[in-house]
Amino acid sequence: MGELQRYFLIFLGALLVYNILLIRFIALCSFFGISTSMETSIGMSLAVIFVMMVSSTLSWGLWNYILVPLGVGEFLYIPVFILVIASFVQLEEMFIRKTAPTLYRAMGIFLPLITTNCAVLAAATEVAKPGFLKMSIAYNYTLPEAWVYTFGVALGYSVALIIFTAIRERIDFAPVPKALKGYPLAFIASALMSLAFTGFSGLLGL
Amino acid sequence: MEVERMLGDLTRGVIKENALLKLMIGLCSALAVSVKVENALFMGMAVIFVLTSSNIVISLIRPVTPHNIRIPIFIVVVSTFVTIVDLSLRAYFPVIYARLGVWIPLIVVNCMILGRAEAFAYKNGVVASALDGLGMGVGYTLVLLVMGFIREFIGTGSITMNGNVLFSLGAGFEAPTFMITFPGAFLTFGLVQAGLNKYEEMMNERAARRRTSARGSGTGVGAGA
Repeated sequence: MGELQRYFLIFLGALLVYNILLIRFIALCSFFGISTSMETSIGMSLAVIFVMMVSSTLSWGLWNYILVPLGVGEFLYIPVFILVIASFVQLEEMFIRKTAPTLYRAMGIFLPLITTNCAVLAAATEVAKPGFLKMSIAYNYTLPEAWVYTFGVALGYSVALIIFTAIRERIDFAPVPKALKGYPLAFIASALMSLAFTGFSGLLGL
Repeated sequence: MEVERMLGDLTRGVIKENALLKLMIGLCSALAVSVKVENALFMGMAVIFVLTSSNIVISLIRPVTPHNIRIPIFIVVVSTFVTIVDLSLRAYFPVIYARLGVWIPLIVVNCMILGRAEAFAYKNGVVASALDGLGMGVGYTLVLLVMGFIREFIGTGSITMNGNVLFSLGAGFEAPTFMITFPGAFLTFGLVQAGLNKYEEMMNERAARRRTSARGSGTGVGAGA
């Protein structure tokens, strides 16, 4: 398999075939919590792409250059990764507030929430510690592969979130039984959307 | 009074403030592991353990926790207990561990646990926090079991526990396997939630009717107070 082809498969796998929201159920709290208006969805998507890229890079480096050589990876990876993410998100928030006020206004309030966005921890764990996602691609990512993978995951999150927001803005006005109003109907709508994404499984042998 | 309040702490999380159906937190793992009743049971126990123990520890260290860095401290406490679960499940129940996969480490960022730490354990005493954690965990587990039962029963036509078939619809039943895949989880959750809404709506209506009829007869002074 050529180098470029491998990147492409990893990217497509992370983006569509194993879409983090609709196929793997990671980060659903934010999926249902903020998909009520388009503006917040776009802000959250930007923030997730940004935070995920950096935190995956950090955790990839920590795993390969510190945790594994010291032989403590297996039982320290959870606290180490989450601490890195939590403190990094704090740092990032301060940094963006000082240097890019416009960007901060667009995604500022979402940054603290991202600490508990499981998608970030999941991506950080997956690029470092092999064996969680059973893709048919051998699993020991180099740094560029980790970037491609993380970008695919983050973009998959954004795509699903933005499509779903558009759907929800419409079904808010639909006449439905009272017990179904709101979240229950949103769940049923996402079931149909997830069914559509299931159609990607097996794409290109992934 | 004391006992009443403790009971309130314990039962609050089961229905009235059920983390999954009412507060809509901790959803990811619930939808993913509710494929089988067995998975739901083990995941529920793991969450009850982590939630109760971290609530106890966080409420114990409350006086020495600086307010500004409390979130990282909570996370360290929670991730310690998650590591305990992670390692012991892997040692004693490797099959279950392989099936639950990434969801065990992800308990760390389960919004439910951090949410309870911040909203309850950080502000209340040890006993209350322990009961709150237990109640919230039980509420989570109940929803998981109901969903697991519906999905496994419809999706495979039988309920399997520890390798033994508990009961089955027989070979003639052609199971709609989509119930045990991802869309089935969303659908089941939506319907379970709608069911609870309907139930509460009926309960409220009945209570309202009782109140008006009591007022009508002139004996129900202060009814509902």
